[in-house]
Amino acid sequence: MNKSVVFGALTVAGLAASAAAAGTMDDVKARGTLNCGVTTGLVGFAAPDANGEWNGFDVSVCRAVAAAVLGDASAVTFVPTTGKTRFTALASGEIDLLARNTTWTFSRDVDLKFTFVGVNYYDGQGFMVPKELGVSSAKDLDGATVCIQTGTTTELNLADFFRTNNISYEPVPIETNAEAQQQYLAGACDVYTTDASGLAATRASFEDPAGHALLPEIISKEPLGPLVRHGDNEWGDVVRWTLNAIITAEELGVTSANVAEIASSTDNPEIKRLLGSEGTLGEMLGLDAEWAKRAIMAGGNYGEIFAKNIGEETPIGLARGLNAQWTEGGLLYSPPFR
Amino acid sequence: MTTLTDPPKEQFRLSMLLYDTRYRSATIQVIAMLCFMLLAAWLINNTAQNLAALGKPIDFGFFSEPASYDINQRLLEYTSRDTHLRAALMGLLNTLVVAVLGCITATIIGVFVGVLRLSSNWLVARIMTVYVEMFRNVPVLLWIVLAMAIMIESLPAPRAFRGEDPTATMKLFDSVAITNRGVYVPEFLFSRSLGNIHLFGDSSLRFDISLDLMAVLVVLALSIFAMRKVAAKAAATQEATGDRPKIWYIQLGLLFVPMAILLTVLGCHFGYPELKGFNFKGGTYMRNSLIALWLALSLYTAAFIAEIVRAGILAISKGQTEAASALGIRPGKTMRLVILPQALRVIIPPMISNYLNLTKNSSLAIAVGYMDITGTMGGITMNQTGRELECVLLLMLAYLIISLSISAVMNWYNNSVKLVER
Amino acid sequence: MSDVSFVRTEMLPEKAPPASEVGVIGWARHNLFSGWFNSALTIVSIAAIYYVLSGVFPWVFQSVWNADSLGECREIMKATWGSTHGHACWGVINDRWEQLLFGFYPSELYWRPIVSLILLLAALSPILFADRVSPKMLILTTAYPFLMVFLMWGGTIWGPLSAAFGFVIAYLIIKYATEAVGELFAMIAGVAVAVIWWLLLSGPIVEALSSAMPIGIEAVASRKFGGFMLAILLGVVAIGVSLPIGIVLALGRQSDLLIVKALCVGFIEFIRGVPLITLLFVASLLLNIFLPPGTNFDIILRVMIMMTLFSAAYMAEVIRGGLAALPRGQYEGADSLGLDYWQAQRLIIMPQALKISIPGIVSTFIGIFKDTTLVSIIGLFDVIGLASAIRADTAWNGIYWELFAFIAFLFFIVCFSMSRYSMYLERKLQTGHH
Repeated sequence: MNKSVVFGALTVAGLAASAAAAGTMDDVKARGTLNCGVTTGLVGFAAPDANGEWNGFDVSVCRAVAAAVLGDASAVTFVPTTGKTRFTALASGEIDLLARNTTWTFSRDVDLKFTFVGVNYYDGQGFMVPKELGVSSAKDLDGATVCIQTGTTTELNLADFFRTNNISYEPVPIETNAEAQQQYLAGACDVYTTDASGLAATRASFEDPAGHALLPEIISKEPLGPLVRHGDNEWGDVVRWTLNAIITAEELGVTSANVAEIASSTDNPEIKRLLGSEGTLGEMLGLDAEWAKRAIMAGGNYGEIFAKNIGEETPIGLARGLNAQWTEGGLLYSPPFR
Repeated sequence: MTTLTDPPKEQFRLSMLLYDTRYRSATIQVIAMLCFMLLAAWLINNTAQNLAALGKPIDFGFFSEPASYDINQRLLEYTSRDTHLRAALMGLLNTLVVAVLGCITATIIGVFVGVLRLSSNWLVARIMTVYVEMFRNVPVLLWIVLAMAIMIESLPAPRAFRGEDPTATMKLFDSVAITNRGVYVPEFLFSRSLGNIHLFGDSSLRFDISLDLMAVLVVLALSIFAMRKVAAKAAATQEATGDRPKIWYIQLGLLFVPMAILLTVLGCHFGYPELKGFNFKGGTYMRNSLIALWLALSLYTAAFIAEIVRAGILAISKGQTEAASALGIRPGKTMRLVILPQALRVIIPPMISNYLNLTKNSSLAIAVGYMDITGTMGGITMNQTGRELECVLLLMLAYLIISLSISAVMNWYNNSVKLVER
Repeated sequence: MSDVSFVRTEMLPEKAPPASEVGVIGWARHNLFSGWFNSALTIVSIAAIYYVLSGVFPWVFQSVWNADSLGECREIMKATWGSTHGHACWGVINDRWEQLLFGFYPSELYWRPIVSLILLLAALSPILFADRVSPKMLILTTAYPFLMVFLMWGGTIWGPLSAAFGFVIAYLIIKYATEAVGELFAMIAGVAVAVIWWLLLSGPIVEALSSAMPIGIEAVASRKFGGFMLAILLGVVAIGVSLPIGIVLALGRQSDLLIVKALCVGFIEFIRGVPLITLLFVASLLLNIFLPPGTNFDIILRVMIMMTLFSAAYMAEVIRGGLAALPRGQYEGADSLGLDYWQAQRLIIMPQALKISIPGIVSTFIGIFKDTTLVSIIGLFDVIGLASAIRADTAWNGIYWELFAFIAFLFFIVCFSMSRYSMYLERKLQTGHH
């Protein structure tokens, strides 16, 4: 029996149209909005403001994809997900794309059957301690109480790190960053460990940021990136190349301010291909020629998004570090648009 | 001549299935059963199809994989190399610990508050009413979060105990440390320990039984048995002669002397907590997450129990109190010996459901990072393995078994109280 | 000497009672200091009250109301009182109270949930205050579920109308077919036709009607529901839908039919034996797996389904209590009138049993309403979920107590007034029975 008929009476009551397994892109176009999974709130990466508008680094990826596919950066339905519900939401088709600082790991890719389309933030797990403790290395933390944010790979890395260094610790698992911050500041734990970006963001919000130090050890690799379901390569390509487009735009100096002007004035063939004034890249993706132009106009290129949401000018104040372009000694290296 | 014939034998017709009361109930039941089986088949069929599409057939094999995460409060030995099954077991034990502790304190506080709400002291009765209303009308999740926040914010951190002129000191002759990470109390240590018995080898269910603890329990049981013998003998003497011999010193001796001898033989001494490095070391450590959860659950449930107790007391007729005072029994004793035992019959049935609620509410431990079974099997294990179906179903099964056991025990107790009734 | 009298003949004027027995002092002596133990208790209590209030009052009242971020709050506090401790920053409530109440519901449409709430109270009034409100209001009560769905979700009016029409069909068939084919048959036929209408016919018809006559209001996706409104909505839907299910389950549990009874008992005990959070895990993680491949419900709808099942089990127990409290004579009286099972239930048993159960239903509602806070654990933005999200905003990162105090206050007001109502009702019912 046709499901949409079976539940026809309920459609008015908020029943979403069924997500067919066939083409996510067709579904998105038919629906007119992109369902994008984000966190329930992480400073700088995704949080709703007083008007219910979502902002943040991960949110910008959603908006760029929506702009590329639908031509409207605001045509996104943000679906807040927890560490527990994010993969189920993606697997069941509730969301088309998960942009929720998720670490790209073997088992998530292979066993849980997701496709990571790239990396939008290179992170690593670090430690933050109050300076008054006088700790200079994570190896001095024998017997310390460590606050961990659960539901991530953090607790596994931590267990492995302390085990390999043969030192003891007392884990305090905590659900949200806000809670962890409170416990850490009150001295209920000596150390706070999570992704280094999160630590920096948290430290920036303290009344006295200078009283806390990030330890030099980064104990894990955390490539964070957007992901889609296995088995829909067309959709995977769209998201992957939208991400690559905003990275390449920075490399080529295309910004949201100059994109309209540069598209007509430039002689650089790669910019021309990227912005659709030459070649048929958009058509190959199943989109129109100006897809990348819209994606860049939505929130700017990678550098602009970074600077606006988490960069050094913001209260979060993250340096580019590993996330600089490869030309500037970082790891961002988009494949060529050719 | 007329012949009497039997009325024609009634033929079975299909319509009788509906209109004949003899068959109707069977028909309805068969239909209900069929509907239920169809529903079950439909659900199972859907599940099978969906799981096949996801490529995740039901498989409990992940339980024997190493869990790779640490659990702070573990009642049995556990390391991150142990299996997911053992991690789930640790969680289950933690759930049981907080449930048992919570039920006991909730009962004590609840009875206390319920009695005080009827106090003749206006102010005390009002305060108790405010307490009951405050806790009953705000979600328990909020109370758990607030209890944790209050503990963390108002108690000193271990580093406050350090230095030349510490801002915080240990309580009770330097034996108890109350910090915002938890409470450290002295522990019993045995210098001539009898050792442990190790059961189940290397499997996930392995555990040690402390022979010292066993010895203490055996001696305690023997002492109590002997005390009851002495008491029975004294009662018999009283029946026979009218004089009750003084036995309290014999009883005290029976209780304490064997225990003292045993503890000396085992070389029992206290292990005091000491500030070493980042934390206090030694002693028994109750984590703040346990205390916050325990406190919030007991205070929340106690508010409901107080109402039950109050209703139970009010249900006992005033004549009982009057009769007791006519006999010259003091008010406190009246409450303890006359009113409460009778009220118990009204109180116990609703109490069962409150115990069940407390146990089920303990699943909110996740909010304060207490690693109960929802935090281990339904939390990190589920997250790391991606086996939602298996984990959630087992989680429900575990809670169902706990709930049914509590109901069974409490119903048994309820029946035993009822038997006294005449 | 005869005028010397040793007995007083006239009455002494009445003396005022000693000051220690009347007025404030007398009251205090009787109620606060009637013995050394009571006096000690009183003094301890006063000390405790002072301790708590002296901490809370300055925090609540020496506070900052106008600030756009926590940083600004802290600056104002430093400027005014010299320290940031012991002062609340209500600026966050000032900034976000609309969001805490309505979630992401479009702000120009706030009137819709408000009207729904007012209509809810009006619709409930003939039941809750049966002696004061005209029974004609029951028409509103019947129409309310459809009205609420229309108001909250918006969209075309034909959807709720066609859903209501299904009920009308069932009712008409049951009413007019009973004489022809008997009650049981009529009931089965009515339900079957209604189900066919909902599943097969109403979809295309609604589509056709709404394209022909597009009457409707702006649709709001249930994603946008949140805050305190979500708690109320979840509670009302769960209780409203679970009432009929609960009645059926309670009757099933009381029935002599062994299999029916076993199924009902199994369902009730299963639901009551597991924590709500596991059922919410089912809603967020597993419900899609149990339904046919390709079905995809909104998470709020899934949560509503599981909360309804949850409250149905508790509702069944409440109604079973009501049935058990009914004197045996009522059942026998119904039998002696020659009423069959359904007639007896409809005309005699249920009206009385449900009336006795109202206090129980209200407390179940309070319980469910408080339990809706658990949806924050599966990532829905109810008040607690929103509080976390607000703290993730750069402006308010680090704020803690103010949000929770506000949430606790909201819940307290609503739950306390409901529990008072339920107590009033209990007292009223008690006098009715003596």
